[in-house]
Order: sequence, then structure tokens, then C-alpha cells
Amino acid sequence: MAVTRIGVVTFPGSNCEHDTVWALTLAGADAELVWHRDTDLTGLDGVVLPGGFAHGDYLRPGAIARFSPVMAEVARLASEGRPVLGICNGFQILCEAGLIPGAHIANRDLAFICRPVEVEVVDTDSILTRAAEPGRRLTIPLNSYEGAWVDPSRAGRVVLRYVDDPNGSQDRAAAVANEAGNVVGIMPHPERASEAVLGSDDGLVLLAGFVDSCGREVTV
Amino acid sequence: MKVTVNIVRRPDVADPQGATVARALHDLGHASVRSVRVDRAIHLEVDGDDPEAVRAEVVRMCEELLANPVLEDFEVVVEE
Repeated sequence: MAVTRIGVVTFPGSNCEHDTVWALTLAGADAELVWHRDTDLTGLDGVVLPGGFAHGDYLRPGAIARFSPVMAEVARLASEGRPVLGICNGFQILCEAGLIPGAHIANRDLAFICRPVEVEVVDTDSILTRAAEPGRRLTIPLNSYEGAWVDPSRAGRVVLRYVDDPNGSQDRAAAVANEAGNVVGIMPHPERASEAVLGSDDGLVLLAGFVDSCGREVTV
Repeated sequence: MKVTVNIVRRPDVADPQGATVARALHDLGHASVRSVRVDRAIHLEVDGDDPEAVRAEVVRMCEELLANPVLEDFEVVVEE
């Protein structure tokens, strides 16, 4: 079986890219870093925009990063049906780029939230949740300030929902998919829950589903 | 030309910062404060002689980058 190749984009200010490569490797992928100025992602089966503070989060989180040269390739892969995953800051970037509906605002209580939270699988028709059972609860660290997702269009599809309501996210959304389900943004960090030594490996079922999705033939 | 862009969060989108500032003002005894919205202003200096052309270009900047249409409206003020 061919190896599944996944690119993890490094923007100036990304800080979760190495953890993400590590966790994707645990999930069975051949993961590699790609630079935000790369303009050719040919050969990759999927791409991840990792957490951090791309371009300093200046103006708005993701507002500058969406114009990084690599984003034209990310949009091309997304339009071809290839899996694209944004984690935390990556989720914010995907919304700014218009690849996922909605946008992010500061947490309801203006607190920077950094603690494990419980999320429930509510929709398995996405590249992130396909391997998880509906209703399953996962404990995954949340680490964000502008973490509340809002979507006046109500076009986004919630695939993971917070069990409690830590940040005021619309519909308690923790992860949101585009209509086709091949682009997903998740605010908590599955890569930080990928080994028992980290306190939880609940994120692995999500990353394994993502890697599995990347390894499949795309039908658009 | 000097141009000011006022970025205003849409009324139907929550403004946790404004709500927190309103609470602080109440704590300081300013009971008259009914509500607070915290918005942003961006000040630009732009080459050009025609105010309408400059305005049109800054509007494009707002649509492309400066404002997020999901959350925000904007107002462009060109200083003559």
C-alpha cells in the first residue's frame, strides 16, 4: 500500500507544526513540513494548517495568513476534494480564506482557555470524524483566545460539539466541516491528545480518520 | 491623502470586549452607561489626488483584507 503523504504548513508564528507532524506519524502517515511560501503541493494527499499565531494574528487571526502563497495550493486541493484540516489557528485561517463558513471572535468570558475539554462526535460524514462513533465523547486540550466560532449564514456543518460550553461558540461547535466534508476546522488540539503519556490519546481516532481519508481516492 | 477606516462589528455579532468594558464602567459608578461597543480605526496615508478614486481603492482594501465581511461593516473617511 502506498504511503499517505501529508503536508503540515509552517507559517511565521505557527507553533504546533512539529507536534502535528509527530502525531500524524503516530497515526500512520508520512508527514512533512511545508513552508508557507511553497507554491506547489503536488504529490501530497492532504494538508494540515496547524495551531499557533500565523503572522502574529495581526489584524485578525488568519487575516494575513490567508494570503500566504501556499494558500492558493490549499484552495486548489480543497476544490479537488482532497482533505484539508485546520487546527486552532488553522481553523481561523480556513474561515478567513472562505474555505469554511463563519469566523472567530474572542471567547465569551474574554479568557484565554487552556485546558482539556470534552467534545462529542455529532457528525461522522467528514474527513476528521469518519473513524469515530457518533455520540462518542473525547477529551482534547483547548488552547485559544479567539476560539468562539460564529456563522450568521448557518452554512457550516458542526461535526464535533463541546459537551459544556467553554467559549460561547455557536451551536457549541468545536469542529466544523464545509458542505462536502473534505475541509474541516477544529478548535481543540487532537495532536496534543495523541499518546497516553500526554494524558489522553482520544485525538488519535480523529487523526487516524484524517490519515485514512487522505489515503483514499478522491471522488468529487 | 489621509484616510480613516472605521471597522464596526455588526450589531448581531456579540462583542465580549464591549460587554466587559461596560461592566467596568458600571463598577466605577458610571450607572448611565447603557451599552459599549469596542470598534477599530485604521489610519492610512495613500498616494493620489482624486478623493473618490482613493476612496474606491480603500473600499477594495477593506473588502480584500481590512474587514471581515462575516463579522464587520466598514466606513471609509477621506480627509480632504
